[in-house]
Amino acid sequence: MSLIATLARLEAVATGRAQPTATVRHRRLSQRPLVFVPLTTAGEAGAPLGALVGTDRDAPRLLVVPQPRDRDLRFAFLAELADVVLPYIDSYADAVEAAERNETDPETGKRVKVEVELCADAPQLIVPSRAGVDYVRLLGRSMRFRRTAEQDPQTPYPAPPRVPLLGRWLTHFGERSRVPGSALLQAVTELLGRHWATGQSSLEDQHLGALLAWIDPPAGETGAQAALRAELARDADGQLLCPPAGPATDPAFDNKLLAPAIERYDRARTALAAAQDGLQADDLLGALTAAEGEIRALVSSRMLPTWDAVWRGLDLLRSLPEGAHVEERWTRDRWSFTGHRDRVVAGEPPQPRRDDAVTAANKLATREREQARLEAQEALDDPLVMAARRLAGEAFAGEVVDVVMAYGEGKRPSPRPLVTVRTEDLPHLAERAKVYRSLGGKPQAAEFVRWAAEGDAGRADGGHGAGGAGLLVLRIVDKMGRGKEPEAGSVPEKGDRLCFTLFEHEQRGGAKLPDPEETPWTHGGPPGEQTPEAPDSVTQEDLL
Amino acid sequence: MRGTALRQRLAELRGPDVPAKALDARALAALAANPGCKRRAILDGAGVDKAALAGALGSPSAFGQSQFALTRGNAFEAKVKADGGAELLRLVHERLDPAARPPVDAAVPELSAIGPEGRTARTALALREATAAAGGWTLLDHPMLALDVAGSAAFLEPDAVVVHPDGSWTVVEIKSFPMLDGSADPAKVGAAARQAAVYVLALEEVAARLDPAPRVRHRVLLVCPKDFSNLPTASAVDVRKQRAVTSRQLARLTRIQDIADALPEGACFSPELPAEQLTAAVESVAASYAPECLAACELAFHCRDRSRAAGAVTSLGRSVRAELGALTTVEDVLAAARGETGDPRDPAVAALRRAAGLRAEALEAAAGAEPPAGLWSVPTPAAGAVPACR
Repeated sequence: MSLIATLARLEAVATGRAQPTATVRHRRLSQRPLVFVPLTTAGEAGAPLGALVGTDRDAPRLLVVPQPRDRDLRFAFLAELADVVLPYIDSYADAVEAAERNETDPETGKRVKVEVELCADAPQLIVPSRAGVDYVRLLGRSMRFRRTAEQDPQTPYPAPPRVPLLGRWLTHFGERSRVPGSALLQAVTELLGRHWATGQSSLEDQHLGALLAWIDPPAGETGAQAALRAELARDADGQLLCPPAGPATDPAFDNKLLAPAIERYDRARTALAAAQDGLQADDLLGALTAAEGEIRALVSSRMLPTWDAVWRGLDLLRSLPEGAHVEERWTRDRWSFTGHRDRVVAGEPPQPRRDDAVTAANKLATREREQARLEAQEALDDPLVMAARRLAGEAFAGEVVDVVMAYGEGKRPSPRPLVTVRTEDLPHLAERAKVYRSLGGKPQAAEFVRWAAEGDAGRADGGHGAGGAGLLVLRIVDKMGRGKEPEAGSVPEKGDRLCFTLFEHEQRGGAKLPDPEETPWTHGGPPGEQTPEAPDSVTQEDLL
Repeated sequence: MRGTALRQRLAELRGPDVPAKALDARALAALAANPGCKRRAILDGAGVDKAALAGALGSPSAFGQSQFALTRGNAFEAKVKADGGAELLRLVHERLDPAARPPVDAAVPELSAIGPEGRTARTALALREATAAAGGWTLLDHPMLALDVAGSAAFLEPDAVVVHPDGSWTVVEIKSFPMLDGSADPAKVGAAARQAAVYVLALEEVAARLDPAPRVRHRVLLVCPKDFSNLPTASAVDVRKQRAVTSRQLARLTRIQDIADALPEGACFSPELPAEQLTAAVESVAASYAPECLAACELAFHCRDRSRAAGAVTSLGRSVRAELGALTTVEDVLAAARGETGDPRDPAVAALRRAAGLRAEALEAAAGAEPPAGLWSVPTPAAGAVPACR
């Protein structure tokens, strides 16, 4: 956390309201996001209890598993979830635009441009919290290796059709969310935490209710009071007024309300199974339906507050204008979505349990590059983010006080103007360090020449007086055209206010990795023929 | 003599007729994570029920375990230990000691006895016999171990301890979170490793009393359900680091005797006392609150209230303190940032003022109609032209 962010937190404490840490929105919000609020059963891995899901804030689809340990009921839940999520994803798969991609020609080995399809927009999944993102991954993992009766008639406990496909998509969303700056799957707590600093620790910010309480406290209350209520206030029954955003439930809810309701449901089911005649069965079926209705009401009552909170969070985020580079990053998300769509259509197998060495290295390299890109773009889009970089000595802003024309020493003299900038910032500039400024959206590079002396306050050594301004001389080295005279507007003029960064604005790809077949022995050697992943073993006694 | 006096004093602190709450490994690991907290040390040392105390103070804790998790956890542990621990021993053999002979006909000694002291003695005896009769495998199901914590004994109950044919001992920790494709939630594994490290330390005390002292293995076995099933799978976890940390922190724990001596006469933490009296008693011993406490201590919400009321910057996280130098309260920091107080030659103060100035400038630039020309006006790059990354 930078000192500026710390300061924002302290101001939030003093004012009782969250303070902005961004002046623009740094993530894409879809016009029609799919909000997914899941709940899980305590102690079981990947045993959903229920979910609210949908694109319409006034009409969420309620899915509930009345007995989470029943395999059939769980599959019914997942099939229903697939019925909501897959049509939503498909609605983005068909609208495409033409785009170009660089590919290596297999015959000549040259890089050539290939015309490909790019989806015009991409789906976006919104979950309440970081734990929700992990849960999407977990659900994806639990489904993608399942076999349907159609794929494999011999398989015990076949999954409903489309469930494995949903697993592959959720896995893709979960995997993509690990790429910095991506927006296919996002947690509202992370989004809000990126744009506001509350008067509590980042640990406490993981509580969606408390976070919203700080950002948008009810009238007449401070953020701290409202957050405390969101965290701890309970009703006469001992239930939290603001249930946890999930997927984990409050133990008091499990023990006091849910467990007895599930027990009643189990009893009603046993009674129905033992029914003697039709008339009796009718009554018992009514009892079972009532018991199921009770569980649905209970589970939905825990999720509805979170559902509303997620949409409220989205409203707050929409109040910020979108950052300039967000569109570009969203385009990368669209490429990612299109790529997975193509893999599914091509009939490729589900994502493996473990990546091979080359894939894993590629993924890591992508994440590192995207992290650097994100940091640079956020700073360029947002003066508040740039302020933190300036404080850290990674950028400086100032006024141009002098421009002297000079030329390079090559055969053909090219313009190399010397620009003197007065700044109060303290950049960590090494000799001949490269700095960059944004010129019409493209970076223009300059070279640091020296700290200049100003009047009597000689500071040829680069020394800064406390609070005083320094003068530094830069040599502009590119983006001035081919001629002897620089193009109009390409050289700063006296009086311009400029901001230079010590970091590059655009990220270059790293060294190319070998093809998987060429994996060196240090990394396990070539992976060999990919064997299809076996489905998870299921046994009768698994409480699945 | 001194021990009896301390025990007497701790019983007084707990309140008349309030039974002591036993310190478990989880509490010890949490205590070792925050060794500077005298409040937690004395309350745990005296066996005060902190959940009840927090309720009486008006800041009830939010801890609890769902009965679903409990049922599942117990069922899984029973499954792992079924058939005289055959499956468990197979996993120990496979993961930790594949060179030894396979575990068949392992001994499972009876460890029941009266009271924790009795069970501890029974466990020590069983361990000695099993080590002496080397050559076979022995499984100790829920043994009891004692560990001296800041001057008072804590009784610990590991899930299982296995004696190998070569006479060495292994701690087994059975957890019900899943191991998915060979890896589990790192936070949960970390907590399990810290807990297991406490057991290793306690076992080493037992081992030190034997001659020759048997080896306590520093790789413990973590048993978890495999993927989405309830079939057990296991992984060896090296706890050397956690053991070293815990051992150092436990040694650093302020002696409970000293804390007790510093308490005012008649201080008592009985939950039946009125809230003001309790608050005064709790306030008489210093706490060191950090947000991490919320996940580990029942009293955390009370301490957080106090920490916030005092304006301590640590309530925003320990890392916040690091960059603020000698400034410890919110008011001090903000006053220094505004330039009202503080020595500008102090690097922390100078950095704060620069940060405050830059922040104000940036917010102004954003609030103003148009930012300075050429500074922040970055046109949107052409969309669709970035095929490099998929």
